Amino acid sequence: MTVIRLQSFSFRLGDKPILRDVSFAVEKGEYLAIVGPNGAGKTTLIKCLDRLLTGGTGEIEICGRPLRKYSQKQLARLISYVPQADGRVVPFTVEQFVLMGRYPYLSPFSAVSHEDRRAVAEALQLTGTAEFAARLLGTLSGGERQKVYIAAALAQGAEIVLLDEPTTFLDYRHQAEVTALLGRIHRSAGVTIVAVTHDLNHAVLESDRIVALREGRVAFCGPPVEIMRPDVLRKIYGTSLLLVEHPQVGLPVIVPQAPAKGNR
Amino acid sequence: MNRTAVLMVLLAAAALVVVVAPFVGMMHVPFSALWGAADDPTQIDVLWKLRIPRVCMALLAGTALATAGTAFQAMFRNPLATPFTLGVSSGASLGAAICIHLGWAFSVLRFSGISLFAFAGAMVSILLVYGLTRARGGSSTATMLLAGVAISFFFSSLILCLQYLSDFTRTFRMLRWVMGGLEGAVSFDEVLGVLPFVASGCLIVLYLTHEMNLITTGDELAASRGVALGRTKLVLFFAASLMVGAVVAVCGPIGFVGLMAPHICRLLIGPEHRYLTPAVMLFGGAFLTLCDTLARTVIAPTELPVGIITALLGGPFFLWLLLSRRSEF
Repeated sequence: MTVIRLQSFSFRLGDKPILRDVSFAVEKGEYLAIVGPNGAGKTTLIKCLDRLLTGGTGEIEICGRPLRKYSQKQLARLISYVPQADGRVVPFTVEQFVLMGRYPYLSPFSAVSHEDRRAVAEALQLTGTAEFAARLLGTLSGGERQKVYIAAALAQGAEIVLLDEPTTFLDYRHQAEVTALLGRIHRSAGVTIVAVTHDLNHAVLESDRIVALREGRVAFCGPPVEIMRPDVLRKIYGTSLLLVEHPQVGLPVIVPQAPAKGNR
Repeated sequence: MNRTAVLMVLLAAAALVVVVAPFVGMMHVPFSALWGAADDPTQIDVLWKLRIPRVCMALLAGTALATAGTAFQAMFRNPLATPFTLGVSSGASLGAAICIHLGWAFSVLRFSGISLFAFAGAMVSILLVYGLTRARGGSSTATMLLAGVAISFFFSSLILCLQYLSDFTRTFRMLRWVMGGLEGAVSFDEVLGVLPFVASGCLIVLYLTHEMNLITTGDELAASRGVALGRTKLVLFFAASLMVGAVVAVCGPIGFVGLMAPHICRLLIGPEHRYLTPAVMLFGGAFLTLCDTLARTVIAPTELPVGIITALLGGPFFLWLLLSRRSEF
């Protein structure tokens, strides 16, 4: 079943075209990575998918229904969004914050239901954030906070989770933990994941399929192995990248170029 | 202390203030005057025609200003937002200043001309802010904030202009009006006139507490969680502005309550709006009633503008709270 379908979708910001004629589809339960150089339109694309940006041309369908036909709450029950880490200080505790993910199911004056409590407890459990449920969000490290944001998105109970650079600003340990967490959610909960990432290696190892954007156009769409070819990568990134074989899984991954000897 | 207990304490304190305030003042009034049994019939009149309406008005005004302050601080994610940030009070002051300058003394349905002009001024500023925000497309709070501040400054200089051009007595009346106070609002007519605005405004804000929580976490996150941002912000803006407009038309711009009551209550009960909003309503109403009682008694028979008391009393109280709770926030 197709959960997201874009049909010649274009988006401009003022006079500047950001996305041009983008078409692709995401199947239920898929893990799709969106990659591309800076300014390619990755974040814009993911915001358009959750209607955080409006006004593009072309068609976006969510679960077979045009995006614009959903009410905000209906949409929130289908799609949740984990924004790029922005260091905003939010004055709530972890538990209060995750509970806010239940907003699309709450009515104005009613108390929090048993169902809501259960969803929050589950999300805290699954993300390993239950131990600091009572702490203020502002006192957490970047990695812990990212897990809490994912927990809130899970509590929202949506079958599609959009993530914007989920691991970019994290240290190695937290990168690994968040990556493992996303894999777990994807496999065990059957959630469809669409993640924007700068990290091609991460995309290749984790995702089922990759969409690469260049200057707002889809430059590549296909299985991870196929993007890892020098000519394809050069076309997308405009620079040559060094590929080696991953020692555990045999997939090609990128390693940084060593500086030329003469520059030493 | 848990949050329900804090709310109960606030409720008890508010009830105490409201019950005691009408019996405090220059003239001694016995409790029995409530049901019309007093040695001196003036006592009954003082209680029922002066003090009780005034306490009701103070309660409404404090509640409205504090609630609107909370709504604006959440909506703009700005701790310095006040009920007057969007120019409602400047509009009202300009309306009042025009009426005073023209020297018109009239009343319609027992509302004074100044109040009616002030209310009209408040409405003009609300519509201007709304119109300017719409003209730039959408419901950006940044545009709203800038439009409000610009209109505020524009109206303020028009007020200065009127003050400069008026004669001494009228200029003084304008200045006095801008200080705010409840000594003009002494009948049940004003109370009944303001009540529908305050009641509906407060109910709407209470209805939107979940949304205010989410908006504090950021617009994008709120929208992705299902908050219809444009509509929510517009409803909050109109609900808060209308009740502030109605209150300011009668009482003038009483400062401090709208800015500090939300902060004081946040220190007492935390930032969660489902608890914060009712706390702010109770605290704001009780606090302004207390301040107004002091305003009319400390240097009786002369009255102080209540705005002076709110800041004199509230400022140190807020600082004390801030310092004593340092570890938690």
